[in-house]
Amino acid sequence: MVAQLTRNERHIGLALAVFVSLLGLAMAAGGKQDLFGIHGLIVFAFGVGSAFLLISGFHLPEPSDERLTRYYDDPIKVGLILSMIWAVFGMFMGVWVAAQLAWPALNFDMAWTSFGRIRPVHTTGVIFGFGGNALIATSFHVMQRTSRARMPDQLSPWFVLIGYNLFCVLSVTGFPIGITQSKEYAEAEWYADLWLVVVWVTYLVLYLRTLARRQEPHIYVSNWYFLAFILVVAMLHIVNGLALPISLASAKSYTIYSGVQDAMVQWWYGHNTVAFFLTAGFLGMMYYYLPTRAGRPIYSYRLSIISFWGITFFYVWVGSHHLHYTALPHWVQTLGMTFSVMLLVPSWASAANALLTLNGAWHKVRTDATLRFMMVAAVFYGLSTFEGSFTAIRAVNSLSHYTDWTVAHVHAGALGWVALITFGSIYAAVPRLWKTGQMYSPRLVEVHFWLAVAGIFVYVFAMWNSGIIQGLMWRTYNENNALAYSFIESLVAMHPYYIARTFGGLLFLCGAVVGFYNLWKTIQLAPREQEVLRDQPAAVLARSSAVQPGE
Amino acid sequence: MSVGERDPHTGHMTTGHEWGGIKELNTPVPKPVIWFLIGTFIFSLIYWVLMPAWPLGVTYTRGLLGLDQRDEVMVRVAEGQAARADWVKAIEEGSFDSIQDDEVLMDVVRGTGSSLFGDNCAVCHGLNGQGGPGFPSLAAGSWLWGGEPEDVWETIRVGINSDHPETRMSEMLAFGRDQILDRSTILDVVAYLQSLPGSDDPQTPLDPEAVARGEETFAMQCTACHGENGQGDPAMGAPDLTDDVWIYGGDRDSLYWSIYRGRKGHMPHWEERLSPVERKILTLYVLEIAKGRD
Ligand code: HEC
Ligand code: HEC
Ligand code: HEM
Repeated sequence: MVAQLTRNERHIGLALAVFVSLLGLAMAAGGKQDLFGIHGLIVFAFGVGSAFLLISGFHLPEPSDERLTRYYDDPIKVGLILSMIWAVFGMFMGVWVAAQLAWPALNFDMAWTSFGRIRPVHTTGVIFGFGGNALIATSFHVMQRTSRARMPDQLSPWFVLIGYNLFCVLSVTGFPIGITQSKEYAEAEWYADLWLVVVWVTYLVLYLRTLARRQEPHIYVSNWYFLAFILVVAMLHIVNGLALPISLASAKSYTIYSGVQDAMVQWWYGHNTVAFFLTAGFLGMMYYYLPTRAGRPIYSYRLSIISFWGITFFYVWVGSHHLHYTALPHWVQTLGMTFSVMLLVPSWASAANALLTLNGAWHKVRTDATLRFMMVAAVFYGLSTFEGSFTAIRAVNSLSHYTDWTVAHVHAGALGWVALITFGSIYAAVPRLWKTGQMYSPRLVEVHFWLAVAGIFVYVFAMWNSGIIQGLMWRTYNENNALAYSFIESLVAMHPYYIARTFGGLLFLCGAVVGFYNLWKTIQLAPREQEVLRDQPAAVLARSSAVQPGE
Repeated sequence: MSVGERDPHTGHMTTGHEWGGIKELNTPVPKPVIWFLIGTFIFSLIYWVLMPAWPLGVTYTRGLLGLDQRDEVMVRVAEGQAARADWVKAIEEGSFDSIQDDEVLMDVVRGTGSSLFGDNCAVCHGLNGQGGPGFPSLAAGSWLWGGEPEDVWETIRVGINSDHPETRMSEMLAFGRDQILDRSTILDVVAYLQSLPGSDDPQTPLDPEAVARGEETFAMQCTACHGENGQGDPAMGAPDLTDDVWIYGGDRDSLYWSIYRGRKGHMPHWEERLSPVERKILTLYVLEIAKGRD
């Protein structure tokens, strides 16, 4: 890895690593009375670790210019492996959280492992750890391939990847010990937030620089989505994260918003995270891996355009549908609801564009589990966006809100759409990146597929049932016009569904473990670097110099 | 400019670009998409006209229906209150006796009491009032503070060892920790308690001498609160030790620790949190639970 950095990059990298170590040391020293100190030590460890890595390869010869004729794939490979590690970790936490709801004693009577603390570890682990790493890695893959340009340098992709994972580690280590802003999907505290801003801006600049070097006259759809994802997430993260720390040596900060404004900013952030993190980025993935795997042209370029602009335009209005029947003014709720209804059109148009692209390749869907992952993902995307628009209608929301129905919806989206499209894309990308032709075991891909689909069905049906029962119990009046059920009775009614959900989650987790094993075995099959090079006929080398040279 | 080619499968033209093997067809946007978009837009337009919708500086468009969620909820709350007014009034004004004699009102008590109890009391006393370690059973009919409606009403109103100014107060002394009794004396008393009918696991054989010594100590130290025969004293909130109902357990260990460390249960007060009618319903409901045991 270090061997591929130029001398100059090694110097800058080392300077950065030393700077981060010192920062960590200062945090540890300043915050030794506070939990802040623990995070200081983690930052310090990251900095020192990176510095050691760089020093160990510091005196290796510089890479030859020949590299510039090829794409830069190493950070992509590492990103995909990290993504699968986070997947297993985050989904394990999910199964644990689910099991705690069924059997509360599974928190083992410790504050660290109580439900409220490990739930955000689960959400952060899967959304940011698994999803985020997959997005970064595939976006590097897609932007280079569809631009026919190598990334402009070797250092910034590593900075983005490692820096991003530092953010994730600070998040998931903070929540169990009680460091949190208590904002859903934005729990990380002020210093982690600031760090993420630096990383994210580097990411944006890297993306733009690569696109600027493209050898294609047009920018492919996937890149529109990835760019929207990067740009809007930056905006959301900064606005929602504005907070004042109580001291520079403390982990605690207070948001600058209060009351209903705080709630509105939070859900504007929250829903657009769904939109631009969990939807736009993954649509970027879908638009690249699905057609390449199916070997078919995109069904309609025009449909891509109207769905892209529809999604970007409508989504930013809909956050208030999370705050129906609250202190939020009625008119804001109306806007959130109506825009949610209109949002269904571009959402379905995207799903349809994906499915119609498969016309002429349905025989491949039958035999190729990788393509089937992506096909089913598109179906679930259509399903969960319908459900989203439906439950955004105020009258429906009065039944669904605060119940497990929302959880069913989220997971139809998160498991059915986000996770399946990611697994499909990883299975499509890995053999290409490691030059193995195919996965170690296509049969295991098949096994993973069925475990995942079975898991989703058990999960989602359990939560639909439980959510609707819950919602109905809470609004049932007895013949005396008083509430018929107590909350605890509805909880008793949930118990069997919570057990079923845990089981469904377990199936899904097993699938991810199988996937991880398969990935590991595939990497071991990969031919050594030198062999690949020696193996390339002159013709290939000549052709690949069509790639825009680096630096 | 790049030139499209015809896709043999669909017959549509491509846009003529290619990105690493991906092409795109130039298929026109399907008509249903357009109609669908127009449909949802018209729906939204109508909704905006009827409901509060668009901000206008410091105000907003109110909508032709003139609806507002705050007014709506007020109306619904008023309707609900009106629908309950009859029985609420009857319970408010009736005496405990008269309500207990009225089957119709008692139906209300059972129906409404169960959700009130579930939401406020079940965390400690259990969904069916069966209690648990440290929390007394309300179903057993063995009362600390008496089982008349007025007693229960008062317990709910002020709580036990709570921060209500008129709270009921009670405490079991820590005889061992405070060195009033030594270990072997306590063990004797435990033996005595276990010889009484209600003990959980009567130790066989109990040493008759220990039981006799224990009985003596009990008469000196314990009867002031637990009554002459250990049958409890509602004036002190001291439990009956001769029945098979235990708050903290009737086995040897639990008894030992009850006497060694003392006990002081906390029951919150509800005067500020529940309305008089709700507390009246709960009082009668608790008595119903206790009755239900036979
Ligand atoms: C935080 C736990 C808790 C909650 C909530 C609670 N209780 Fe209690 N309650 C207790 C404890 C503990 C005692 C026994 C105190 C003692 O041991 O001296 C008790 C005692 C009582 C008693 C006296 C029993 C007797 O034998 O005289 C009544 C009646 C009672 N509770 C009713 C209720 C009702 C009705 C509610 C709901 C409105 C309720 N409690 C809620 C903890 C609770
Ligand atoms: C000052 C009054 C007082 C004296 C004296 C007293 N007790 Fe108690 N005792 C109580 C009260 C009040 C309780 C209920 C405590 C509670 O529930 O929080 C209690 C509870 C108990 C319990 C637990 C009952 C259960 O249901 O788990 C035992 C056992 C007990 N006492 C035994 C004794 C013995 C033996 C003595 C004499 C050595 C004694 N007590 C003296 C007031 C007293
Ligand atoms: C048309 C698109 C969508 C709309 C209109 C929509 C709408 C909604 C609504 C109404 C809720 C419930 C809010 C509540 O009552 O608490 C919700 C929750 C949620 N949705 Fe969606 N959704 C859409 C797509 C998706 C997708 C594709 C995903 C996942 C990839 C997703 C993930 C979530 C998450 C994580 C929550 C949970 C929020 C919470 O904790 O309450 N949504 N969405």
